[in-house]
Amino acid sequence: MNEFIFFFNSVVINGAVIGSIYAMGAIGVTLVFGILRFAHFAHADMMTLGAFLVLILTALFPAVGPAIGLPTAFVMMPLAMVATAFIAVGIDKLFYKKLRENNVKPVVMVMASVGVTLMLQGLIRFFAGTGTQSLYIDDRKAIFRIDLPFESASRNLVVTEPQLLLFLFLAFAVIALHLFLNKSRLGKAMRAMSDNPDLAKVSGINTNTVVGVTWIIAGALACAAGTLLSLDVTLKPDLSFMILLPIFAAAIVGGVGSPYGALAGGFVVGLTETLAVFNWTFVLRPLEQAIPALDLPNTLAFVPTEYKITIPFFILLAILIWRPTGLFKGKII
Amino acid sequence: MQLPKKDIILFSLLAALILIVFASQGSAYSVRVLAEASCYAILALGLTIQWGYAGLFNAGIMGFVALGGFITMLFSFPTNDDFWSTDLPGQLGGVGLKALLSIAIVYSLTQLKRFGISKKIRLPLIIVASAILYLWVVTSLGPVAEAIESEAGFIGGFGLPVWVGWLVGGAIAGGIAYFIGHICLGLRSDYLAIATLGIAEIIKAFLKNADWLTRGTLTVSPLPWPVPQAGDIGFIAARAAYLSVTAVMIAVIYFLLYRAYNAPWGRTMRAIRDNENSSAAMGKDVNRRRLEVFILGSVLMGIGGAALVTFNGIFDPSGFLPLNHTFLVWVMVILGGAGNNKGTIFGAVLIYIIWTMSEPAALFLIDVARNMGTAWFDWQPPGDLDSRALQARVFVIGLTISLVLRYAPKGLFPEKVAHHA
Repeated sequence: MNEFIFFFNSVVINGAVIGSIYAMGAIGVTLVFGILRFAHFAHADMMTLGAFLVLILTALFPAVGPAIGLPTAFVMMPLAMVATAFIAVGIDKLFYKKLRENNVKPVVMVMASVGVTLMLQGLIRFFAGTGTQSLYIDDRKAIFRIDLPFESASRNLVVTEPQLLLFLFLAFAVIALHLFLNKSRLGKAMRAMSDNPDLAKVSGINTNTVVGVTWIIAGALACAAGTLLSLDVTLKPDLSFMILLPIFAAAIVGGVGSPYGALAGGFVVGLTETLAVFNWTFVLRPLEQAIPALDLPNTLAFVPTEYKITIPFFILLAILIWRPTGLFKGKII
Repeated sequence: MQLPKKDIILFSLLAALILIVFASQGSAYSVRVLAEASCYAILALGLTIQWGYAGLFNAGIMGFVALGGFITMLFSFPTNDDFWSTDLPGQLGGVGLKALLSIAIVYSLTQLKRFGISKKIRLPLIIVASAILYLWVVTSLGPVAEAIESEAGFIGGFGLPVWVGWLVGGAIAGGIAYFIGHICLGLRSDYLAIATLGIAEIIKAFLKNADWLTRGTLTVSPLPWPVPQAGDIGFIAARAAYLSVTAVMIAVIYFLLYRAYNAPWGRTMRAIRDNENSSAAMGKDVNRRRLEVFILGSVLMGIGGAALVTFNGIFDPSGFLPLNHTFLVWVMVILGGAGNNKGTIFGAVLIYIIWTMSEPAALFLIDVARNMGTAWFDWQPPGDLDSRALQARVFVIGLTISLVLRYAPKGLFPEKVAHHA
């Protein structure tokens, strides 16, 4: 029983946590991919940027959180999301809009986004340094240990407060996005443009508004993902390329242009990652007592932790080989 | 062929800049900068054929550089007797045989379709078999790798001439490029960028953590040079000799690329880049041509990376950074003029000089700012301000990419397109 709880704690919960983060990032990437037709490389740095805005706000008003009973950073997150959304729109106006109007190839847009990612990295590192920081300034991370009503279970289920907040926020964001895309006029316009940009344009959809809304959603979600990730672990300025690959993998696994696919893809990538680095020896120990001939090594993981980055890559390759449209039949290949 | 005025002006400005560097920094340092710039020029030539000739976005130059550097280290570093005199090579060979056997088994499973076994049975069989065999190989490699690390440090090199390492480095980089390109090139162009970004991080992670093979973060030095080293003939002479080797390489590559560019092959490449559909309609095998150019460019990157690492004399896997080894090369190519080899070499030398000079410049600027800040505003500067200033050079690189794309998308030396009447 203990083994099962250990497995649940370290694979299911951790996998779901990192999967939710990937999902939030991938939804933004997939929306930009669907509407603007290019892979937005600056997304990971928008996440870091959002988290830093939260850090600044938290440092300015450290007493807000304890008054409400939530981590200050989480209370400040909506403000930072608005700010990041505006920054995303601003970046689009400054760097992508002209290129788009000149009808450049998608690859050139990708390169422009690499330029943006480098600029963001430079700014973040210059103003915030390169060390890791914690978003908990005045408050402490609450950890919930849930006793299980089983005789044989002496371990507890462990969930931390930011992890619960992450799940709640993701559920809220997905429902809100679903309602927006399916019920509102603007959301329908977005889907129309993602399906067929030319047809959308001739039917009188204001493409500039749609592009703006796309950036607002992508920026806000990037900020939320960055903040919730930093709440769960720590805030690192060099997140960039390490998290970009799993996010792209998640978006492509789900099928580019499909937000629900991105959600599923995020969880697929996150859970696979934790499963692959999970040390099976601990779970298999009881078997060793039953079968003495079995000699388990100390670590029996598919992939050593330091090679974690290979997993999203191989998921990506596998999906590109067998199903380039993704699990949910994205439109663009 | 008349020499355009603009080219003469730009090249004389570059020559003047080099002279200024020589006058202000001394010969030994300047020759070093030039030698490194020449290695970067090989990388940039590799990129310019991928991006300029074929429009392929390679975001993983760092990976090919690291691979080239590793292979040249493995081939040219003196042999390690601590390793070869034990029975460890035999054990390692045993693991290699196991790996080969596993690959053979998995391959034969994929061939089961010849016996009419349906895909529904085949696929799970292949997946389960590869998982088990993979674990078998990895668990048998683990103790051998640990024994090598504790008894011999690492397996050392093969003690072969440096140029063998360079060539094999290029070949292996080309092999990796074939693997990625084969999967990604038929799909959207963005996917290649994502995949190359991933492979670069994976190669780096592997080289950093496979201590038995690369000594990991302990680094390997000194690497042998293809020319006499500084200890024998002095810094300036040794570096100048190295520079002449790389310059000859650039000249050869330049000549070959010039021929290829003007050959039917080059015309096909540009036709595919400019209009994929029409060239496909003309019966050109688009993906195959792209794969060729991607492999060719990656081979050059492997060779350039090998030359760069050899020149530095130290193999340090953590020293490979996306900024220094991927995006700096990007700036060189798009600023110099993608698809124009002369412009690419120009861009490589210019940007590399600016890049090396920007380090003292950034430190100087930040020092001025710090003094002014503390004197006027009573500001407490953070202690790591210097490292932050160096990191902030990333911003300038990013800004340059954005500005060039926006205002001068063809670079300083636009590609010359021949118009036939």
